[in-house]
Amino acid sequence: MADATGVHGRLPGHFTAPGTSSFTEFLRMASPDLLPGSRSLPVGTTLDAPHGTTIVAVTHADGVIMAGDRRATMGNVIAQRDIEKVFPADEYSVVGIAGTAGLAVEMVRLFQVELEHYEKLEGSVLSLDGKANRLSTMIRGNLGMAMQGLAVVPLFAGYDLARSQGRIFSYDVTGGRYEEHSFHAVGSGSVFARSALKKRYRDGVREGDAVQLAVDALYDAADDDSATGGPDLTRKIYPVVMTVTDAGVRRLPDEEIGAVVQAVVDARMTNPGG
Amino acid sequence: MSMPFYMSPEQVMKDKSDFARKGIARGRSVLALAYADGILFVGENPSNALHKMSEIYDRIAFAAVGKYNEFENLRLAGVRYADLRGYQYDRTDVTGRGLANAYAQTLGTIFTESSKPYEVELVVAEVGHTQAEDQMYRLTYDGSVADEHGFVVMGGQSEPIVAVLRDAHRADLDLRDALTLAVRALGTAGTDGEPRQLLADNLEAAVLDRTRPRRAFKRLLTPQLARLLGQDGAETPSTDSETPA
Repeated sequence: MADATGVHGRLPGHFTAPGTSSFTEFLRMASPDLLPGSRSLPVGTTLDAPHGTTIVAVTHADGVIMAGDRRATMGNVIAQRDIEKVFPADEYSVVGIAGTAGLAVEMVRLFQVELEHYEKLEGSVLSLDGKANRLSTMIRGNLGMAMQGLAVVPLFAGYDLARSQGRIFSYDVTGGRYEEHSFHAVGSGSVFARSALKKRYRDGVREGDAVQLAVDALYDAADDDSATGGPDLTRKIYPVVMTVTDAGVRRLPDEEIGAVVQAVVDARMTNPGG
Repeated sequence: MSMPFYMSPEQVMKDKSDFARKGIARGRSVLALAYADGILFVGENPSNALHKMSEIYDRIAFAAVGKYNEFENLRLAGVRYADLRGYQYDRTDVTGRGLANAYAQTLGTIFTESSKPYEVELVVAEVGHTQAEDQMYRLTYDGSVADEHGFVVMGGQSEPIVAVLRDAHRADLDLRDALTLAVRALGTAGTDGEPRQLLADNLEAAVLDRTRPRRAFKRLLTPQLARLLGQDGAETPSTDSETPA
Protein backbone atom coordinates (compact mmCIF):
# COMPACT_ATOMS: atom_id res chain seq x y z
CA MET A 1 0.00 0.00 0.00
CA ALA A 2 2.35 2.66 -1.28
CA ASP A 3 0.15 5.57 -0.40
CA ALA A 4 -0.52 4.49 3.18
CA THR A 5 1.45 7.50 4.34
CA GLY A 6 1.78 9.27 1.03
CA VAL A 7 0.55 12.79 1.15
CA HIS A 8 -2.09 12.83 -1.55
CA GLY A 9 -5.01 14.59 -0.01
CA ARG A 10 -5.78 14.40 3.68
CA LEU A 11 -4.66 11.56 5.94
CA PRO A 12 -7.23 8.74 5.65
CA GLY A 13 -9.88 8.32 8.32
CA HIS A 14 -8.16 5.56 10.30
CA PHE A 15 -5.34 7.98 11.15
CA THR A 16 -7.68 10.19 13.14
CA ALA A 17 -10.06 7.51 14.42
CA PRO A 18 -9.94 7.43 18.21
CA GLY A 19 -10.15 4.17 20.11
CA THR A 20 -6.96 2.19 19.80
CA SER A 21 -3.54 2.95 21.20
CA SER A 22 -2.05 -0.15 19.61
CA PHE A 23 0.23 0.27 16.62
CA THR A 24 -0.47 -3.30 15.48
CA GLU A 25 -4.19 -2.64 15.37
CA PHE A 26 -3.60 0.57 13.46
CA LEU A 27 -1.37 -1.31 11.00
CA ARG A 28 -4.17 -3.79 10.42
CA MET A 29 -6.30 -0.92 9.08
CA ALA A 30 -3.62 1.20 7.42
CA SER A 31 -1.27 -1.31 5.85
CA PRO A 32 -2.13 -4.95 6.64
CA ASP A 33 0.60 -6.27 4.33
CA LEU A 34 3.16 -5.05 6.87
CA LEU A 35 1.77 -7.27 9.64
CA PRO A 36 3.98 -10.28 10.38
CA GLY A 37 1.11 -12.71 10.92
CA SER A 38 -0.63 -12.06 7.62
CA ARG A 39 1.41 -14.27 5.36
CA SER A 40 1.78 -18.02 4.94
CA LEU A 41 4.04 -20.53 3.27
CA PRO A 42 2.66 -23.08 0.77
CA VAL A 43 1.52 -26.12 2.77
CA GLY A 44 4.03 -28.92 3.16
CA THR A 45 7.10 -26.90 2.31
CA THR A 46 10.00 -26.09 4.56
CA LEU A 47 12.58 -23.42 4.23
CA ASP A 48 16.19 -23.01 5.33
CA ALA A 49 16.67 -19.70 7.07
CA PRO A 50 19.17 -18.44 9.63
CA HIS A 51 18.37 -19.39 13.22
CA GLY A 52 19.44 -17.62 16.35
CA THR A 53 20.39 -19.70 19.32
CA THR A 54 21.01 -19.16 23.02
CA ILE A 55 19.72 -16.35 25.24
CA VAL A 56 20.02 -16.28 29.03
CA ALA A 57 18.47 -13.93 31.57
CA VAL A 58 19.41 -13.65 35.25
CA THR A 59 17.70 -11.54 37.91
CA HIS A 60 19.89 -9.79 40.46
CA ALA A 61 19.54 -7.52 43.46
CA ASP A 62 18.98 -4.35 41.40
CA GLY A 63 17.13 -5.73 38.38
CA VAL A 64 17.80 -8.21 35.65
CA ILE A 65 20.37 -8.86 32.93
CA MET A 66 20.02 -10.59 29.58
CA ALA A 67 22.83 -11.99 27.47
CA GLY A 68 22.94 -13.65 24.07
CA ASP A 69 25.65 -15.37 22.04
CA ARG A 70 26.50 -13.97 18.62
CA ARG A 71 25.97 -16.94 16.29
CA ALA A 72 23.27 -17.53 13.67
CA THR A 73 23.21 -20.90 11.94
CA MET A 74 21.59 -22.26 8.81
CA GLY A 75 21.76 -26.03 8.88
CA ASN A 76 25.42 -26.85 9.49
CA VAL A 77 26.64 -23.47 8.23
CA ILE A 78 27.37 -20.50 10.46
CA ALA A 79 25.22 -17.86 8.80
CA GLN A 80 26.57 -14.98 10.83
CA ARG A 81 29.14 -14.81 13.61
CA ASP A 82 28.30 -11.39 15.01
CA ILE A 83 24.49 -11.25 14.95
CA GLU A 84 22.83 -9.36 17.78
CA LYS A 85 19.91 -11.10 19.45
CA VAL A 86 19.24 -9.02 22.54
CA PHE A 87 17.43 -5.72 22.03
CA PRO A 88 16.05 -3.01 24.26
CA ALA A 89 12.23 -3.15 23.95
CA ASP A 90 11.78 0.21 25.66
CA GLU A 91 13.37 2.13 28.48
CA TYR A 92 12.72 -0.56 31.10
CA SER A 93 12.65 -3.87 29.26
CA VAL A 94 14.70 -6.03 26.92
CA VAL A 95 13.84 -8.86 24.59
CA GLY A 96 16.11 -11.63 23.34
CA ILE A 97 15.27 -13.84 20.40
CA ALA A 98 15.81 -17.48 19.52
CA GLY A 99 14.43 -19.15 16.43
CA THR A 100 14.07 -17.92 12.86
CA ALA A 101 16.16 -14.75 12.84
CA GLY A 102 14.36 -12.85 10.08
CA LEU A 103 10.91 -13.26 11.60
CA ALA A 104 12.20 -12.67 15.10
CA VAL A 105 13.92 -9.40 14.23
CA GLU A 106 10.75 -8.19 12.52
CA MET A 107 8.72 -9.13 15.60
CA VAL A 108 11.09 -7.21 17.85
CA ARG A 109 10.88 -4.11 15.63
CA LEU A 110 7.11 -4.20 15.73
CA PHE A 111 7.18 -4.77 19.48
CA GLN A 112 9.46 -1.77 20.03
CA VAL A 113 7.20 0.50 17.95
CA GLU A 114 4.14 -0.91 19.72
CA LEU A 115 5.46 0.02 23.18
CA GLU A 116 6.61 3.49 22.17
CA HIS A 117 3.39 4.16 20.26
CA TYR A 118 1.30 3.33 23.30
CA GLU A 119 3.49 5.51 25.48
CA LYS A 120 3.15 8.50 23.16
CA LEU A 121 -0.59 8.19 22.62
CA GLU A 122 -1.52 7.43 26.22
CA GLY A 123 1.11 9.54 27.94
CA SER A 124 1.95 6.62 30.24
CA VAL A 125 4.06 3.49 30.05
CA LEU A 126 2.46 0.02 29.86
CA SER A 127 2.88 -2.17 32.93
CA LEU A 128 5.50 -4.91 32.62
CA ASP A 129 2.72 -7.53 32.55
CA GLY A 130 0.98 -5.53 29.84
CA LYS A 131 4.11 -5.56 27.73
CA ALA A 132 4.61 -9.28 28.30
CA ASN A 133 1.02 -10.00 27.23
CA ARG A 134 1.41 -7.88 24.12
CA LEU A 135 4.43 -9.96 23.08
CA SER A 136 2.44 -13.09 23.73
CA THR A 137 -0.20 -12.00 21.20
CA MET A 138 2.47 -11.38 18.59
CA ILE A 139 3.97 -14.84 19.01
CA ARG A 140 0.53 -16.39 18.72
CA GLY A 141 0.12 -14.55 15.41
CA ASN A 142 3.14 -16.41 14.10
CA LEU A 143 1.72 -19.86 14.90
CA GLY A 144 1.11 -20.76 11.24
CA MET A 145 4.73 -20.14 10.38
CA ALA A 146 5.90 -21.94 13.52
CA MET A 147 4.04 -25.07 12.38
CA GLN A 148 6.11 -25.00 9.22
CA GLY A 149 9.37 -24.81 11.08
CA LEU A 150 9.78 -21.05 11.31
CA ALA A 151 9.25 -20.62 15.03
CA VAL A 152 10.15 -17.53 17.03
CA VAL A 153 10.70 -17.96 20.76
CA PRO A 154 11.67 -14.78 22.55
CA LEU A 155 12.71 -14.24 26.13
CA PHE A 156 11.43 -11.06 27.75
CA ALA A 157 12.82 -9.35 30.84
CA GLY A 158 12.34 -6.00 32.44
CA TYR A 159 12.33 -3.92 35.54
CA ASP A 160 8.90 -3.74 37.14
CA LEU A 161 8.62 -0.18 38.46
CA ALA A 162 5.53 -1.05 40.49
CA ARG A 163 7.23 -3.94 42.33
CA SER A 164 10.80 -2.57 42.21
CA GLN A 165 12.31 -5.80 40.92
CA GLY A 166 13.56 -7.46 37.77
CA ARG A 167 11.27 -10.08 36.19
CA ILE A 168 11.68 -12.65 33.40
CA PHE A 169 9.00 -14.04 31.07
CA SER A 170 9.42 -17.01 28.75
CA TYR A 171 7.11 -18.08 25.93
CA ASP A 172 6.22 -21.14 23.93
CA VAL A 173 5.46 -21.15 20.19
CA THR A 174 1.72 -20.94 20.82
CA GLY A 175 2.14 -17.66 22.71
CA GLY A 176 1.90 -19.19 26.19
CA ARG A 177 3.49 -16.83 28.67
CA TYR A 178 5.28 -18.07 31.79
CA GLU A 179 6.93 -16.01 34.46
CA GLU A 180 10.35 -17.43 35.38
CA HIS A 181 12.01 -16.91 38.73
CA SER A 182 15.69 -16.16 39.22
CA PHE A 183 16.95 -17.14 35.75
CA HIS A 184 16.00 -18.69 32.44
CA ALA A 185 17.44 -19.56 29.02
CA VAL A 186 15.95 -20.19 25.58
CA GLY A 187 17.31 -21.56 22.31
CA SER A 188 19.20 -24.66 21.25
CA GLY A 189 21.90 -24.34 23.92
CA SER A 190 19.45 -23.45 26.66
CA VAL A 191 19.52 -26.89 28.33
CA PHE A 192 23.22 -26.54 29.04
CA ALA A 193 23.02 -22.88 29.95
CA ARG A 194 20.17 -23.52 32.38
CA SER A 195 21.99 -26.43 34.03
CA ALA A 196 25.04 -24.22 34.52
CA LEU A 197 22.91 -21.46 36.05
CA LYS A 198 21.08 -23.92 38.28
CA LYS A 199 24.35 -24.93 39.94
CA ARG A 200 25.83 -21.45 40.29
CA TYR A 201 22.91 -19.08 40.87
CA ARG A 202 22.39 -17.66 44.37
CA ASP A 203 19.53 -15.43 45.49
CA GLY A 204 20.37 -11.75 45.80
CA VAL A 205 23.39 -11.98 43.50
CA ARG A 206 24.97 -8.61 42.59
CA GLU A 207 24.81 -7.27 39.04
CA GLY A 208 28.50 -7.83 38.29
CA ASP A 209 28.29 -11.46 39.44
CA ALA A 210 25.11 -11.97 37.42
CA VAL A 211 26.96 -10.85 34.28
CA GLN A 212 29.68 -13.35 35.01
CA LEU A 213 27.11 -16.12 35.62
CA ALA A 214 25.48 -15.35 32.28
CA VAL A 215 28.77 -15.36 30.36
CA ASP A 216 29.75 -18.61 32.08
CA ALA A 217 26.40 -20.16 31.15
CA LEU A 218 26.81 -19.12 27.52
CA TYR A 219 30.29 -20.65 27.54
CA ASP A 220 28.80 -23.92 28.76
CA ALA A 221 26.09 -23.75 26.10
CA ALA A 222 28.70 -23.20 23.37
CA ASP A 223 30.75 -26.05 24.83
CA ASP A 224 28.04 -28.62 24.17
CA ASP A 225 25.80 -27.09 21.49
CA SER A 226 27.26 -26.60 18.01
CA ALA A 227 24.76 -23.85 17.15
CA THR A 228 25.81 -21.61 20.04
CA GLY A 229 28.87 -19.46 19.51
CA GLY A 230 31.53 -19.22 22.21
CA PRO A 231 33.27 -15.92 22.90
CA ASP A 232 35.53 -15.12 19.94
CA LEU A 233 38.66 -13.66 21.51
CA THR A 234 40.58 -13.45 18.24
CA ARG A 235 37.96 -11.24 16.59
CA LYS A 236 36.86 -9.61 19.84
CA ILE A 237 33.25 -10.70 19.33
CA TYR A 238 31.68 -10.94 22.78
CA PRO A 239 28.16 -11.79 23.93
CA VAL A 240 25.66 -8.90 23.94
CA VAL A 241 24.76 -8.16 27.56
CA MET A 242 22.06 -5.71 28.61
CA THR A 243 21.19 -4.79 32.14
CA VAL A 244 17.85 -3.32 33.27
CA THR A 245 17.54 -1.50 36.58
CA ASP A 246 15.44 1.37 37.88
CA ALA A 247 17.77 3.63 35.88
CA GLY A 248 16.69 1.98 32.62
CA VAL A 249 18.33 -0.27 30.06
CA ARG A 250 22.08 -0.19 29.59
CA ARG A 251 24.13 -2.20 27.14
CA LEU A 252 27.47 -3.17 28.62
CA PRO A 253 30.28 -1.75 26.50
CA ASP A 254 32.67 -4.18 24.81
CA GLU A 255 35.60 -3.28 27.12
CA GLU A 256 33.56 -4.17 30.20
CA ILE A 257 32.22 -7.42 28.80
CA GLY A 258 35.61 -8.23 27.22
CA ALA A 259 37.21 -8.26 30.68
CA VAL A 260 34.54 -10.65 32.01
CA VAL A 261 34.94 -12.93 29.00
CA GLN A 262 38.73 -12.96 29.40
CA ALA A 263 38.38 -13.92 33.08
CA VAL A 264 35.93 -16.73 32.24
CA VAL A 265 38.18 -18.12 29.49
CA ASP A 266 41.27 -17.87 31.73
CA ALA A 267 39.49 -19.84 34.45
CA ARG A 268 38.55 -22.53 31.91
CA MET A 269 42.23 -22.91 30.96
CA THR A 270 42.82 -24.72 34.24
CA ASN A 271 39.32 -26.07 34.74
CA PRO A 272 37.61 -26.70 31.38
CA GLY A 273 34.33 -27.78 32.97
CA GLY A 274 33.97 -24.54 34.94
CA MET B 1 -39.40 25.37 -6.67
CA SER B 2 -37.12 26.88 -4.12
CA MET B 3 -33.86 28.39 -5.32
CA PRO B 4 -30.81 27.39 -3.28
CA PHE B 5 -29.43 30.37 -1.47
CA TYR B 6 -26.29 31.56 -3.30
CA MET B 7 -23.12 32.56 -1.51
CA SER B 8 -19.95 33.52 -3.36
CA PRO B 9 -16.91 31.30 -2.66
CA GLU B 10 -15.05 34.37 -1.37
CA GLN B 11 -17.77 34.95 1.20
CA VAL B 12 -17.83 31.30 2.28
CA MET B 13 -14.06 31.20 2.77
CA LYS B 14 -14.05 34.51 4.58
CA ASP B 15 -16.79 33.38 6.94
CA LYS B 16 -14.96 30.16 7.70
CA SER B 17 -11.68 32.00 8.28
CA ASP B 18 -13.32 34.49 10.62
CA PHE B 19 -14.97 31.68 12.52
CA ALA B 20 -11.71 29.76 12.92
CA ARG B 21 -9.68 32.84 13.82
CA LYS B 22 -12.15 33.84 16.50
CA GLY B 23 -11.99 30.39 18.07
CA ILE B 24 -8.20 30.34 18.10
CA ALA B 25 -7.88 33.83 19.59
CA ARG B 26 -10.10 32.85 22.56
CA GLY B 27 -7.50 30.57 24.15
CA ARG B 28 -4.15 31.26 25.74
CA SER B 29 -1.01 31.61 23.65
CA VAL B 30 1.62 28.92 23.18
CA LEU B 31 5.05 29.74 21.91
CA ALA B 32 7.96 27.84 20.46
CA LEU B 33 11.42 29.33 20.40
CA ALA B 34 14.93 28.30 19.47
CA TYR B 35 17.54 28.15 22.23
CA ALA B 36 21.13 26.98 22.23
CA ASP B 37 20.42 23.23 22.64
CA GLY B 38 17.22 22.96 20.63
CA ILE B 39 13.66 24.21 20.72
CA LEU B 40 11.63 25.23 23.76
CA PHE B 41 7.82 25.21 23.98
CA VAL B 42 6.00 27.20 26.66
CA GLY B 43 2.33 27.87 27.22
CA GLU B 44 -0.06 28.80 29.96
CA ASN B 45 -1.87 25.62 30.91
CA PRO B 46 -3.15 24.91 34.40
CA SER B 47 -3.84 21.26 33.53
CA ASN B 48 -1.14 18.65 34.10
CA ALA B 49 -2.95 16.07 32.01
CA LEU B 50 -4.33 17.82 28.96
CA HIS B 51 -1.20 18.73 27.08
CA LYS B 52 -0.79 21.32 24.37
CA MET B 53 2.66 20.07 23.37
CA SER B 54 3.68 16.48 22.75
CA GLU B 55 6.26 14.15 21.35
CA ILE B 56 5.62 12.89 17.83
CA TYR B 57 8.83 11.06 17.02
CA ASP B 58 12.51 10.86 17.98
CA ARG B 59 13.34 14.46 17.07
CA ILE B 60 9.91 15.85 16.22
CA ALA B 61 7.39 17.54 18.48
CA PHE B 62 4.05 19.20 18.14
CA ALA B 63 2.45 22.16 19.88
CA ALA B 64 -1.06 23.45 19.33
CA VAL B 65 -3.67 25.97 20.37
CA GLY B 66 -7.41 26.00 19.75
CA LYS B 67 -10.02 23.32 20.34
CA TYR B 68 -8.59 20.44 22.36
CA ASN B 69 -10.52 17.63 20.68
CA GLU B 70 -9.47 18.83 17.25
CA PHE B 71 -5.76 19.17 17.87
CA GLU B 72 -5.71 16.00 19.95
CA ASN B 73 -7.12 14.29 16.89
CA LEU B 74 -4.31 15.70 14.77
CA ARG B 75 -1.72 14.68 17.35
CA LEU B 76 -3.00 11.10 17.21
CA ALA B 77 -2.77 11.17 13.42
CA GLY B 78 0.75 12.60 13.57
CA VAL B 79 2.05 9.90 15.92
CA ARG B 80 0.47 7.22 13.74
CA TYR B 81 1.84 8.79 10.56
CA ALA B 82 5.35 9.01 12.00
CA ASP B 83 5.38 5.51 13.55
CA LEU B 84 4.03 3.97 10.35
CA ARG B 85 6.60 5.74 8.22
CA GLY B 86 9.45 4.81 10.57
CA TYR B 87 8.31 1.17 10.61
CA GLN B 88 7.86 1.01 6.85
CA TYR B 89 11.22 2.60 6.03
CA ASP B 90 13.66 3.66 8.73
CA ARG B 91 13.60 5.91 11.77
CA THR B 92 15.76 8.48 9.98
CA ASP B 93 13.20 8.75 7.17
CA VAL B 94 10.61 10.41 9.37
CA THR B 95 10.92 14.16 8.86
CA GLY B 96 9.18 17.23 10.18
CA ARG B 97 8.64 18.42 6.65
CA GLY B 98 6.76 15.24 5.72
CA LEU B 99 4.57 15.55 8.79
CA ALA B 100 3.92 19.24 8.14
CA ASN B 101 2.83 18.36 4.60
CA ALA B 102 0.46 15.68 5.83
CA TYR B 103 -1.06 18.11 8.34
CA ALA B 104 -1.33 20.84 5.70
CA GLN B 105 -3.20 18.55 3.33
CA THR B 106 -5.47 17.35 6.09
CA LEU B 107 -6.28 20.81 7.42
CA GLY B 108 -6.72 22.18 3.89
CA THR B 109 -9.19 19.47 2.96
CA ILE B 110 -11.16 19.92 6.16
CA PHE B 111 -11.25 23.68 5.61
CA THR B 112 -12.61 23.48 2.07
CA GLU B 113 -14.82 20.41 2.36
CA SER B 114 -16.52 20.53 5.72
CA SER B 115 -18.88 23.21 6.84
CA LYS B 116 -16.96 23.80 10.06
CA PRO B 117 -13.18 24.28 9.80
CA TYR B 118 -10.82 23.12 12.58
CA GLU B 119 -10.20 25.91 15.07
CA VAL B 120 -6.54 25.07 15.57
CA GLU B 121 -3.08 26.36 14.92
CA LEU B 122 -0.06 24.08 15.11
CA VAL B 123 3.70 24.11 15.21
CA VAL B 124 5.62 21.08 13.99
CA ALA B 125 9.24 21.35 15.12
CA GLU B 126 12.18 19.14 14.36
CA VAL B 127 15.51 19.44 16.09
CA GLY B 128 18.65 18.73 14.06
CA HIS B 129 22.19 17.89 15.07
CA THR B 130 23.15 21.55 14.74
CA GLN B 131 21.04 24.66 15.16
CA ALA B 132 21.20 25.33 11.42
CA GLU B 133 19.29 22.07 10.84
CA ASP B 134 16.44 22.90 13.23
CA GLN B 135 13.07 23.35 11.57
CA MET B 136 9.81 24.94 12.69
CA TYR B 137 6.64 24.90 10.65
CA ARG B 138 3.55 26.85 11.55
CA LEU B 139 0.27 25.42 10.26
CA THR B 140 -2.97 27.31 10.33
CA TYR B 141 -6.64 26.24 10.21
CA ASP B 142 -6.82 26.49 6.38
CA GLY B 143 -3.77 24.32 5.75
CA SER B 144 -1.26 27.04 5.01
CA VAL B 145 2.29 26.26 6.07
CA ALA B 146 4.99 28.72 6.97
CA ASP B 147 8.63 27.86 7.56
CA GLU B 148 9.55 29.83 10.68
CA HIS B 149 12.87 30.78 12.24
CA GLY B 150 13.67 31.92 15.75
CA PHE B 151 10.27 31.83 17.40
CA VAL B 152 6.56 31.22 16.74
CA VAL B 153 3.67 32.56 18.80
CA MET B 154 0.25 30.97 18.35
CA GLY B 155 -3.21 31.78 19.61
CA GLY B 156 -4.53 34.28 22.12
CA GLN B 157 -3.39 37.85 21.91
CA SER B 158 -0.08 37.36 20.19
CA GLU B 159 0.98 40.93 19.30
CA PRO B 160 2.45 42.00 22.68
CA ILE B 161 4.21 38.61 22.99
CA VAL B 162 5.72 38.91 19.53
CA ALA B 163 6.89 42.44 20.36
CA VAL B 164 8.78 41.26 23.45
CA LEU B 165 10.36 38.32 21.62
CA ARG B 166 11.34 40.40 18.62
CA ASP B 167 13.32 42.67 20.92
CA ALA B 168 14.99 40.18 23.19
CA HIS B 169 15.13 36.75 21.53
CA ARG B 170 18.46 35.37 20.41
CA ALA B 171 19.02 31.81 19.23
CA ASP B 172 22.04 31.32 21.51
CA LEU B 173 20.13 31.79 24.80
CA ASP B 174 20.59 28.96 27.29
CA LEU B 175 17.56 27.12 28.64
CA ARG B 176 17.15 29.25 31.76
CA ASP B 177 17.30 32.54 29.86
CA ALA B 178 15.06 31.32 27.04
CA LEU B 179 12.47 30.11 29.55
CA THR B 180 12.60 33.32 31.56
CA LEU B 181 12.14 35.36 28.40
CA ALA B 182 9.26 33.18 27.21
CA VAL B 183 7.46 33.49 30.54
CA ARG B 184 7.99 37.26 30.59
CA ALA B 185 6.59 37.48 27.06
CA LEU B 186 3.54 35.36 27.92
CA GLY B 187 2.87 37.60 30.92
CA THR B 188 2.33 40.63 28.69
CA ALA B 189 -0.77 39.12 27.10
CA GLY B 190 -4.30 39.42 28.45
CA THR B 191 -3.70 42.48 30.62
CA ASP B 192 -4.11 46.17 30.09
CA GLY B 193 -0.53 47.25 30.25
CA GLU B 194 0.45 45.69 33.60
CA PRO B 195 2.52 42.53 32.96
CA ARG B 196 1.49 39.45 34.94
CA GLN B 197 3.84 37.23 36.90
CA LEU B 198 3.20 33.66 35.74
CA LEU B 199 3.83 30.83 38.18
CA ALA B 200 5.36 27.46 37.39
CA ASP B 201 2.13 25.68 38.43
CA ASN B 202 0.22 27.31 35.61
CA LEU B 203 2.78 26.71 32.91
CA GLU B 204 3.36 23.82 30.58
CA ALA B 205 6.79 23.58 29.02
CA ALA B 206 8.79 21.06 27.06
CA VAL B 207 12.00 20.94 25.07
CA LEU B 208 13.37 19.21 22.04
CA ASP B 209 16.93 18.88 23.27
CA ARG B 210 19.46 17.93 20.61
CA THR B 211 21.90 16.65 23.25
CA ARG B 212 19.56 13.84 24.34
CA PRO B 213 20.43 10.44 22.82
CA ARG B 214 17.45 9.24 20.75
CA ARG B 215 14.20 10.73 21.91
CA ALA B 216 14.87 14.45 22.06
CA PHE B 217 11.51 15.44 23.58
CA LYS B 218 11.28 16.05 27.29
CA ARG B 219 8.67 17.75 29.42
CA LEU B 220 9.86 20.27 31.99
CA LEU B 221 7.86 19.38 35.09
CA THR B 222 6.69 21.93 37.64
CA PRO B 223 9.58 21.51 40.16
CA GLN B 224 12.17 21.90 37.43
CA LEU B 225 10.31 24.89 35.96
CA ALA B 226 10.17 26.55 39.36
CA ARG B 227 13.89 25.98 39.82
CA LEU B 228 14.75 27.37 36.39
CA LEU B 229 12.54 30.41 36.93
CA GLY B 230 13.91 31.05 40.42
CA GLN B 231 10.46 30.47 41.96
CA ASP B 232 11.46 27.63 44.24
CA GLY B 233 12.14 29.88 47.20
CA ALA B 234 15.91 29.85 46.75
CA GLU B 235 17.45 33.27 47.40
CA THR B 236 19.65 33.30 44.32
CA PRO B 237 19.14 30.92 41.43
CA SER B 238 22.09 28.54 41.19
CA THR B 239 24.47 29.47 38.44
CA ASP B 240 25.37 26.04 37.13
CA SER B 241 24.06 25.51 33.62
CA GLU B 242 20.86 23.54 33.89
CA THR B 243 20.26 20.79 31.36
CA PRO B 244 17.20 18.57 31.51
CA ALA B 245 18.24 15.16 32.76
